[in-house]
Amino acid sequence: MSSVREHTASTLEVSDLQISVGDGLVAVQDVSFRIGRGESVGLVGESGSGKTLTCRAALGLLPATGRVDAGRIVLGDGPDAVELTGARRSTWDRVRAGRIGAVFQDPASYLNPSLTVGHQLAEQLRVKRGLRRGAARDRTVELFAEVGLHDPAGVFQQYPHQLSGGMLQRVLIAIAISCEPELLIADEATTALDVVIQAEILALLRRLRASHGLSLLLVTHDLAVVAESCERILVMYGGQIVESGPTEDVLEDPQHPYTRALMGVATIGDWGRRRLDVIPGQPPAAGEKMPGCRFAPRCGYAAAACLAGPVPVTDLGAGRTSRCVRTSASLAEAVPA
Amino acid sequence: MTLPESPPATHAVRPVPEVTSTPAPLLRVRGLSVSYAPPGKGTHLGTGAALRDADLEVRPSEIVGIVGETGSGKTTLARATVGLVAPAAGSIEFAGEDIGGLRGRARRAFRRSGQVQLVFQDPLRSLDPDLTVTDLVREPLDIAGVLSRTEREQRVAESLRLVGLDPDAVAERRPRHLSGGQRQRVSLARAVATRPRLLFCDEPVSALDVSNRNLVLNLLDQLRAELDLAVVIIAHDLSSLAGIADRVAVFYRGRIVEQGPIREVLGDPAHPYTALLTASAPSIGDEERLDPARLRPTGDTPAWPADLGCVFAHRCPFAHDACADQPASPTLPHAPQRRAACHDAAAWRERLDQPSPQKESA
Repeated sequence: MSSVREHTASTLEVSDLQISVGDGLVAVQDVSFRIGRGESVGLVGESGSGKTLTCRAALGLLPATGRVDAGRIVLGDGPDAVELTGARRSTWDRVRAGRIGAVFQDPASYLNPSLTVGHQLAEQLRVKRGLRRGAARDRTVELFAEVGLHDPAGVFQQYPHQLSGGMLQRVLIAIAISCEPELLIADEATTALDVVIQAEILALLRRLRASHGLSLLLVTHDLAVVAESCERILVMYGGQIVESGPTEDVLEDPQHPYTRALMGVATIGDWGRRRLDVIPGQPPAAGEKMPGCRFAPRCGYAAAACLAGPVPVTDLGAGRTSRCVRTSASLAEAVPA
Repeated sequence: MTLPESPPATHAVRPVPEVTSTPAPLLRVRGLSVSYAPPGKGTHLGTGAALRDADLEVRPSEIVGIVGETGSGKTTLARATVGLVAPAAGSIEFAGEDIGGLRGRARRAFRRSGQVQLVFQDPLRSLDPDLTVTDLVREPLDIAGVLSRTEREQRVAESLRLVGLDPDAVAERRPRHLSGGQRQRVSLARAVATRPRLLFCDEPVSALDVSNRNLVLNLLDQLRAELDLAVVIIAHDLSSLAGIADRVAVFYRGRIVEQGPIREVLGDPAHPYTALLTASAPSIGDEERLDPARLRPTGDTPAWPADLGCVFAHRCPFAHDACADQPASPTLPHAPQRRAACHDAAAWRERLDQPSPQKESA
């Protein structure tokens, strides 16, 4: 049933992570997950679900008002393992210079508009990898070719405003992989692109994963993007992971009502006229105090037990977990309200 | 304000009654070209052309979807139709009246009448942050100069209820105190306050989460039924659009490359670009789809000059000598409701290496 390979060594291990923003508003709580070496994991959720805060914590890039209250983030395994929570500046510099790469939604805002894109990558190679000017230049052109930019030597000379969104994202990916990282984090990296370019960028990420042995954390609001690109899926809601497991299994038989609801509103491969599903209500705000399940107010299956107290994560076996008091069988019996 | 003179030829193009049972179109755009380059010798339709030779009809209470990448002319068509830019060529008829040729006072009067309304992508930036919801929704009525003061208040409350907002709860709020979905609904309430006959929505859901996205699309479907409104929706998400739209027009680099009933166009594309779009759209559990890589040129085909002939030829794996001329957009022989601007509309599919699961065009 599951086509997922065993990933014994881990690239990133997050345990019991809690992040608060502003005046102690808890935005992410009780988040644990593991990314195996060479594995691709999709983190899916609506805006405000805490998915971006979680991956920013793994990059040491939380906003000024955000901080990690509890939990551990460990990069790598065995002798190479680095504890990232509470890491010093020098540790972060080393990690970000050689072990984690990242791409974000708006590539133009991560590049200096007054320098050519080639210069910006070559400079990194000189500073971080100690390459000499000529070698850095050659390597930059090579990397640009590898991420599928046509005429890489020509692109080297261009400024960010001369390139399209899809080309800029390729430049950012080239910069991210230039340090030969173990882990690439892509936070809504294809959201602003049109579907044709999005498919190209996702194909590129899949290819790079295979050729570089990268682990990939793909953060997106679109379940369909994860369906095509990730071996494992983490569904996040209201600051918690509500379901996780091998992508194929989760999409075939979702265990958490929120995952079911997300699938109802997701892009499906059919072009027929149909009623477009809506999840009623709004997700909880960051820090909103809720005694029970955070999805309960919007859940068609909610019962008294859901509101009584915190709902723990249930291990369902076969690498799957769900944070719900019901099981799949009792979901099937229950009629949604 | 100085605007280029419209060609007098627009008056010569009168609507020809069609011999079909479909009602007369509410909006009829013919041969529309728009250029943002300053008019001058040789630049008339040169590099600044944002839209070329576009033909599109919208019938009463119909939902037409528009898809295409950034810069393909979608928004330009919307802006030309509501009278925000003047066409360089072609005609725009609304309810049988030529509005593309309107100038000055007449054009302002048409715009202010609110018969055609435009809804923008980002409600936070298109709604005045200093105005309350009531003010925002009433403003178009004040501008149109219709209804008495009390009738306007009633119309505001009615419009808010139509979009599913409680007037008492939101009336005095300002845009920043509303959620993204609520803000977009306020934009819709504002747009329908004048009871338009045609609504142009420019990416109304791109900035919203999937759930809110469907909520707003369903709302547009409901408004179409309740207000007998024709709606044009510019969108990225093909699958959601397919859920509610009747027809679709696919834009590429300033041209409408394909149009027709949405299910037929997306299910069995006649233009290679439409095929690439549908193959690229991410989806859950669609095993039969083409791999988009098969619809892109491979490394061994010689590069096509970027500006020669068909707008899509440089990205088309099926381009050949005939494509050096931009194809017209004829109706398809097997589907008179459909049009595609491709020399090989019927034949390119046969040139895919293996037979596709979809039926071959006759």
